[in-house]
Parts: sequence; C-alpha cells; structure tokens
Amino acid sequence: MAKTFSIRRQRGFTAIAMTCFFALYLPIAVLVFYSFNAGDSLASFNGISLRWFTKAFQNQQVIDASIRSLQIASFAAVVATIAATMAALATTRTEPYRGLTLKYAFINQPLMIPEIVTAVALLIFFARVKIWTGYSGLGYLIAAHTAFCIPFAYLPIRARLENMDLTLEKAAADLYATPWNAFRYVTLPLLWPGILAGFMLAFVISLDDVVITEFVKSAGQDTLPTYMLGQIRRSITPEMNAISTLFLLLSVCVVTVFFIVNRKRV
Amino acid sequence: MADMPGTIEAEKSRDIRKRWLLSLPALLIILVASTGPLLIVLVYSFLTPGAYGDVQWLPSLDGWIGVVMEKDIFDGTVSLADAHVSIFMRSVMLSLATTVLTLLVGFPTAYFIATRPEKTRELWLFLITIPFWTNLLIRTFAILEIIRNEGLINGLMLKSGLISKPIQMLFTDGAILTGMVYVYLPLMVLPLYASMEKLDFRLVEAAYDLYATPFRVLRKIIFPLVKPGVIAGSILVFIPALGAYVTPSILGGGKNMMLGNLIELQFGQGRNWPLGSALSITLMLIVMAALLVYVRNAGSQGSRHG
Repeated sequence: MAKTFSIRRQRGFTAIAMTCFFALYLPIAVLVFYSFNAGDSLASFNGISLRWFTKAFQNQQVIDASIRSLQIASFAAVVATIAATMAALATTRTEPYRGLTLKYAFINQPLMIPEIVTAVALLIFFARVKIWTGYSGLGYLIAAHTAFCIPFAYLPIRARLENMDLTLEKAAADLYATPWNAFRYVTLPLLWPGILAGFMLAFVISLDDVVITEFVKSAGQDTLPTYMLGQIRRSITPEMNAISTLFLLLSVCVVTVFFIVNRKRV
Repeated sequence: MADMPGTIEAEKSRDIRKRWLLSLPALLIILVASTGPLLIVLVYSFLTPGAYGDVQWLPSLDGWIGVVMEKDIFDGTVSLADAHVSIFMRSVMLSLATTVLTLLVGFPTAYFIATRPEKTRELWLFLITIPFWTNLLIRTFAILEIIRNEGLINGLMLKSGLISKPIQMLFTDGAILTGMVYVYLPLMVLPLYASMEKLDFRLVEAAYDLYATPFRVLRKIIFPLVKPGVIAGSILVFIPALGAYVTPSILGGGKNMMLGNLIELQFGQGRNWPLGSALSITLMLIVMAALLVYVRNAGSQGSRHG
C-alpha cells in the first residue's frame, strides 16, 4: 500500500462526505444559476440576463413583503435579544434555586413543540383577540416572532455567560461600583459578542419563518417567505429564483458575520 | 444597599427575587405568545366545530374521536378513518426514513469533518452551517426545481433522449423523503460533529494495536462513544420531520399529506377546528414521547461516560 495507514481513516467515509457536500450545494447552485436565465422557464437556459432581478425589484408585492419581513425581524430580534439577555443573566452563574428548571423549560418551550402546533395555537388565540380588541396590525406577527426567537437568542448569550466567572463583577463591587455600573462597564462589554450572536440568530430565524407567519398573518400581511410560498403553489417563473438568490445572499452574509463574531471570542 | 444588615439568607432571597424580575419579560412573552395558546388548543379540542370555522362552546368528544375514527354522515356508524390512519402512518414512516437516511449520510460526513486538520475543519463546518441557516422554503424550492416535470432531471433526460416523456417525481412520497433528507441533513451533522470532535483517538489506536479491523473499530469504539450525538441528531431530525408542513405541502401536493398538512386542512377548508386541535395535541404527544426517550437515554449515557 502506497498510502500510509491512518487510524482516523474509515473506508468510503470521505467519498460519502464529498457526495454529501456536493448534493447539499448542487440544488442551490442550480437555483441561483437559473435566476440569471434570459428565457421564461426552467426547461431551458437561454443566455444570461438580469431581467428577472429587474422584474423582482419592480414587483410592488415583493417590495412590500420584503419591507414587512425586515420590520418584523428587526423588531422581534431586538425585543427577543433584550428579553433573552435578561433571562440569561437570571439563569446563569447561580446555585440552583426553586423555579430554575421551570424557567429553562419555559424559555426552551418554543423549540420543543412542532411549529405547526404553535402556529395553530396562535391562530386560535389571536383570532379571539382580534375580535375582542378590533386591532389587526403587525403586532400579532411581531409578538409571535419574538416568542419563538427568544430561545435562539438565549442560547449563545447563556453559553457566553457560563464561561464568565463573577470575579470581575465582584472586583467592581469592591471598588464601590453600583450594580448598574458594574453591569454597564464590566458585564455588558464582556457579554457583547454573545448578545450580538444571539441577535443575529434571532434575526435570521424570524426572517426565515414560514409556518407561524402563514397562520398568524391577516390579509395583506404577507412576509417574503409567505409570499414566496403562495407563488410556488401557483406558478413558477425565474423571478422566484431571483428573489431566492437575493434572500440567500442576505442569509449567507448574516451567517458569515455570525461565524466571525463567534470565532473571535475564542 | 449596604445599610441593610441582612443575613446571608436575606441576601440570597433578594438575589432570587431579582432573578425572577429579570427573567419576567422573556417568560411573559413566551407565556402569552406560545405556551398559553397551546393550552387553548387543548380546550378547543373538546368543543364543537362552528359553521364557518372557529368553535361553538358546546363540549364534545367528536374532535378526539375524529383523530382516528370517522362517523358515517348517513347512518351515524363509526368506523376507522382510513385516510387519517394512513396519514399518521405516512408521517411516522417518512420521518423515520428521513432520520435513518440523514444518519447514514450524516455520520460519515460528520466524521470526515471531525478528522480534518484544525485549519480546514472550520471551513467544512461552515459549509454545513450555511444550508442550516438558509431558508427552508428556498431549499425546498431548490429541490422542487430539480425534480419537477419541467425540472433539471427530466429536462436533461428528455434532451438526451433517454425518455420520451417526463417521469413524474413530484407529488410522491419519494419527493417528500428526498426533500426532507435534504432539508434536515445539517440538523443531523451538527450534533454528530459536536460529539465526534471530542472523540479520543487513543482508544481507536489501542483497538488497532489489538488487531481490530477498521469496521470493528467503527462499530465497537467510535459508534458507542458518539452515541449521544447520534441520539441528539436523530431527535433533532425526527421531531421537525414529523411536524413538517412546508416540505410536504410543496413536494407532496394535495394527495400525499403529512400530519402538518392534515392539521392545516382542518383550519382551512375542513373548518373543523376541534379536530385540528385534537390532531395538534396528538402530534405534540408523539413529539413529547420522543423527547422523553431522548432525555432518558441522554441521562443514562451521561452517567456511564461521566
């Protein structure tokens, strides 16, 4: 055997892994490729053009849905990150106390229940609230998104906090810093990467959501994903590919930043 | 603050009170916009359907009976609802198949990543993470484009003359399975990688020293050591697969429904909210049972390996 024997090698694993990576990216590559199609369909590729991107940018429904998506995601992610940061401060670096497990269960609850069940539950609940209050704005979507974003924002913040001991805060207290100042000048700067990561996770999760949004939205409240779902069910033109490509680009950017932020903390 | 000469006990209870206040916003938001409504679903499952959706406040067990039985509208006899049973079966079978297939592909992939040198490992991991964070709808759409009648596969085969008319791949169980494996694969690879990363290769070396074959090493050393990752990955794939809605509704069409689509149907055209609620609770119970198995397994694993 020419190859040196490696204890880490398992026969065929590399081949499967390569196939796996290839299979993961091929459909996405095809999707992106066809968004540059000059022709009308996916059946044939008739040269490169940006016409479907232009068309997407001129489509008022797409623009409205995108703006709505960004509004909801920003709002939900900010509120969820603040709530999650507070909750993380309250549930880490302590001896177990009564109710701690309950808090964990509560915060992680949205992760445990299938999304469709939560979606149905919110549909029922908000239908009632809409009748009682007469309000049918974006508030419902924002509330729903905030709730399922909290566990995602909580994860990296908690992880970060658990790696920080209380010594620095105690030192600050010894030097007569008020609890608020100790938090503001010691805890917060150290915790910042975790908060940023949590915010980005929450933002992406909110931006991507289809199921809960589909059930909670009132008429005329399509977000970009629910608009796309509706279109995919009707008829598909390369415009869909163009929108998807732009959406993918945004996700990749956020994930890349997330990766870099997470790496720096090591 | 310092003028309160509280005992350690008082100090402690003040700290705990502060911690409750701090966690209050998160708990309240989740209670109002997630956990609370789930309880309402439970109540709704015991009510009578309204004529135009919603419910009438009359207690009834029909919702629950409808989960597996159906009432003949003419003579009122009750029989097994074949449609529902087959959707249940399809959901469980497809989710199990998805779990097994993602494990078969994900295990070698995670192992491959875990055995790369430090430098390149991050890049491979990044490549798995990107699909994980990109929109599930877009990834399902990507699969749709490949397998539909005017899609890539049929297009290529038609052009090359292999087939004279497109093969129907869309709207089949196979399409749903392909889509779910594709979509949920990263959920399997990431926890597997997390446990393989910690793998102690000295144990593998010891096994080789004792003349074990590579396959035996895999089966007797590597697999048992990364079993927590295998279980975590399986749960992470099985649960969303069982409740899947987007992937089966796009790739399965109206005929090949899964539980998620059946539930949606009751709140849409079906106008049977109590039945939809009962189905939702049923789905939730199956998921909880799966989680319980996981927790018990994870617990015993933890005690064994310290």
